[in-house]
Amino acid sequence: MRMNRRSFLQLATLAGGGMALRLYHLPALDAQEKLPELTPQAFVHIAPDGTTTIMARASESGQGMRNMLPMLIAEEFDVDWKSVRVQQADLDESRYGRQFSGGSMNTPLGWDPMRRVGAAARQLLIATAAERWNLPASACTTAHGRVLHKASGRSASYGELATDAASRKAPALDSVALKDPGEYRIIGHSTQGVDIPAITTGKPLFGIDVQLPGMLYASIQKAPVFAGTVKSANLDEIRRMPGIRHVFVIEGTIRPSAFTPWEPGMEPGIAIVADTWWQAQTARSQLKVDWDLGPAASQSSEGFRQRAKELLAQPPGNTVRAYGNVESSLHAAAKVVQATYEYPFIAHMTMEAQGATAHWKDGRMEMWSTSTQPENGRELVAQTLGIDKSVITTHMIRSGGSFGRRLQNDYLVEAAWIAKRVDAPVKLLWSREDDISHDGLRPGGTMGLTGGLDAQGRLTHWRQHFITFGENHHLASGGGIGADSYPAGFVPAYAMYTSAQPLMLRTGALRAPGDNAYCWVAQSFLDEMAFASGRDPLEFQLELLGNQRVPWTVGQPDAVGDHEPTGPSVLVPERFKGVLQLVAEKSGWATRKKQPGRGMGIAAWFCHLGYFAEVADVSVDKDNNVTVHNVWAAGDIGSQIINPRAAENMVQGGIMDGMSALGQEITLANGRIEQSNFHNHPILRMRQTPKIEVFWNRTHYAPTGLGEPSLPPVLPAVTNAIFAATGRRVRTLPLQRSGFNWA
Amino acid sequence: MLFKLKVNQRIETVDVSPDTPLLWVLRDVLHLVGTKYGCGMGVCGACTVHLGDQAIRSCSIPVSALGDQPITTIEGLAEAERHPVQLAWESLDVPQCGYCQAGQIMSATALLHHTPHPTVEDIDAAMSGNLCRCGTYTRIREAIQHAAGLGHAAAAHKTAHGA
Ligand code: FES
Ligand code: FES
Repeated sequence: MRMNRRSFLQLATLAGGGMALRLYHLPALDAQEKLPELTPQAFVHIAPDGTTTIMARASESGQGMRNMLPMLIAEEFDVDWKSVRVQQADLDESRYGRQFSGGSMNTPLGWDPMRRVGAAARQLLIATAAERWNLPASACTTAHGRVLHKASGRSASYGELATDAASRKAPALDSVALKDPGEYRIIGHSTQGVDIPAITTGKPLFGIDVQLPGMLYASIQKAPVFAGTVKSANLDEIRRMPGIRHVFVIEGTIRPSAFTPWEPGMEPGIAIVADTWWQAQTARSQLKVDWDLGPAASQSSEGFRQRAKELLAQPPGNTVRAYGNVESSLHAAAKVVQATYEYPFIAHMTMEAQGATAHWKDGRMEMWSTSTQPENGRELVAQTLGIDKSVITTHMIRSGGSFGRRLQNDYLVEAAWIAKRVDAPVKLLWSREDDISHDGLRPGGTMGLTGGLDAQGRLTHWRQHFITFGENHHLASGGGIGADSYPAGFVPAYAMYTSAQPLMLRTGALRAPGDNAYCWVAQSFLDEMAFASGRDPLEFQLELLGNQRVPWTVGQPDAVGDHEPTGPSVLVPERFKGVLQLVAEKSGWATRKKQPGRGMGIAAWFCHLGYFAEVADVSVDKDNNVTVHNVWAAGDIGSQIINPRAAENMVQGGIMDGMSALGQEITLANGRIEQSNFHNHPILRMRQTPKIEVFWNRTHYAPTGLGEPSLPPVLPAVTNAIFAATGRRVRTLPLQRSGFNWA
Repeated sequence: MLFKLKVNQRIETVDVSPDTPLLWVLRDVLHLVGTKYGCGMGVCGACTVHLGDQAIRSCSIPVSALGDQPITTIEGLAEAERHPVQLAWESLDVPQCGYCQAGQIMSATALLHHTPHPTVEDIDAAMSGNLCRCGTYTRIREAIQHAAGLGHAAAAHKTAHGA
């Protein structure tokens, strides 16, 4: 499993001097080197009646991890899925390896080791049976949870062998043989989400549902401006209100600067602990706080826009990548196109707002956490509270969505901080308004683009100046860009620059971080260039992908894989073309009708090891209301779609998520976030849902993840379709700022 | 203040302030946590329950305004056997994170109670007050059609309410 860490880091390696890792920098990864090898005993437990319990090591927030990873184990263990019970593991990376969910990495990082864990468990049982029967292990085989010796007709169930097997030493994972994919009976066959019956019947399941005897409820009032501190407040009055048990001032040590995830430091505020959450909220509404708002109160979206304009007109601050002498050769292009693209800050808005439950008792901290990065959460709690990591137990609880938000552990630290001061378990819950105004926002950005075409209408030049947030090389989390981001390498002359303006705000990774914005810019501008060349955008892009690539050497990934290649972290043009051609075929791209007010747009992207191409069929009425009628999606995530029905759902969800983002915007005035709830930071509704068809292009690469790559292409597919329908180019998001609205 | 509620066929007495929304009575006093908090202002549908045979947003109705109509939550939807809507949700694997789905199911069961054979337009109209951040709308639509096709949706619904 040596490859995992290395290839992961390469994935995250973006140019611009180390800023890259900030997208998905994992403190836990560094510890990974020291972790012991995984054992089958950690993951697989067999009851005498043959019931197999498989531990799910990763956190579940709707991406299907409680199915996908156990399915890999069950397949190689050779049991029937219906005899498997899945149990969520507590946090223990020394036992389970990395328990992290992010960057669509659970599939590529789990594909090999989880199958090997299953195969090693199977081998243990074979060895046990062989010894019992006094036969060589090689003479035995398995099927449906039994070890068989075909020649003699002997067989024993896993349940009968389990006790003896448990004390045997497991074979090294590297040594076990894996099934031929042709034999798969679980991988590639849809399994029902393991929690679905609990969901449909309303059983306690989510972070917000945790109930403990004597539990109290907490709510926190923070300053309306990031990192603002408490000068004074009517705390005594609040303490006298019904049901109030405690009121604490959180001094907070977070600095008013571009927030860096995974740095310790709490946001200041006032924590109210009560018998019920409603009582805490009611008391909170009576708070009168004198805040020191600090320097962040001067920030505004208008100010950001002005500064971006100035920076765009100035020489860039940093060169991410440049080759082919763009600056000196652009004048030779037959046609030059210039455009400025702008996209806003947006919020995660997980359906379940942030929160956590914690209990400090007898010098130990027990936490019920929805974090997708739980080990980091444990470390931050230990640091912030000054307690030893070893006294912290973390239960990993299903969450109502993450989309990157739960990579950050701020709410968990808050819950633990309060719990340490209270003689009872405490459930902290943020209100929806808290959730939006203290989100780790997807940072906005401005891109100045210049493209050049030769006389034959081929793309020859691409110059891009990205105005982002941060200081010098220290960019805001989620505000970096990759030096190898498409179409870098494929355009003969290319330059990518960045300039940054300061930010005092919490930002972070939002589903397909970076790509969720940059794909929209790149694929929109490619569409513009295709239009300028008078050619079909599909043909234009296929030609570009056929170009001899200019290699990128700084941090250039090498071939990865010890056992099987995990999808290379550099774009493979054939795969990119493959999804484009498949989606063109399925959508009838070549024979699409051109009519006023209705159009189709195409776009594709490679990110998080996956390839997606999408076509949107859109109409725009005379009042500029936009309806998306159909979306076709073609994906290439390798050789196997591990859980097909869940995979299709995930792709459809990614498309809805991307479409929602087209209409969302977080704005600041006087340092305050102006949006407060779903009514002014909307998510699309059922009546706005198009027909979405999903197609797979199977390739020989090992399977990769699906949480993220389906999202990015739909944004430009829709805006390119708006152009096809109206002749008007959407260069500013949200759509409303370009004169369009969702119907 | 004491309030008497009929929740899932049981009479419950709760001692809360009169402005407490039904949602928080259900969740934090009666420990019926299947009903979810999403927005607290009636715009997301996560907190949907039935008051009588109507789908309502429990975050936006104070306990003092309930009257004596019976309340049904997701926990009370299935008595002896699952409601056809729950079965459809399970067989089509609708949920992703699942957080919105109790509210979706309560809206869908109310729809099928009043309109046993809804058109796609009926479905979209009845369900557009329920947000799904994970974007499972395609599956939800299919599942409602599936449940309507399972037949007897309305009858089973009545049984579930004991009506
Ligand atoms: S929580 Fe009631 S509608 Fe959102
Ligand atoms: S399934 Fe996650 S919000 Fe609907």
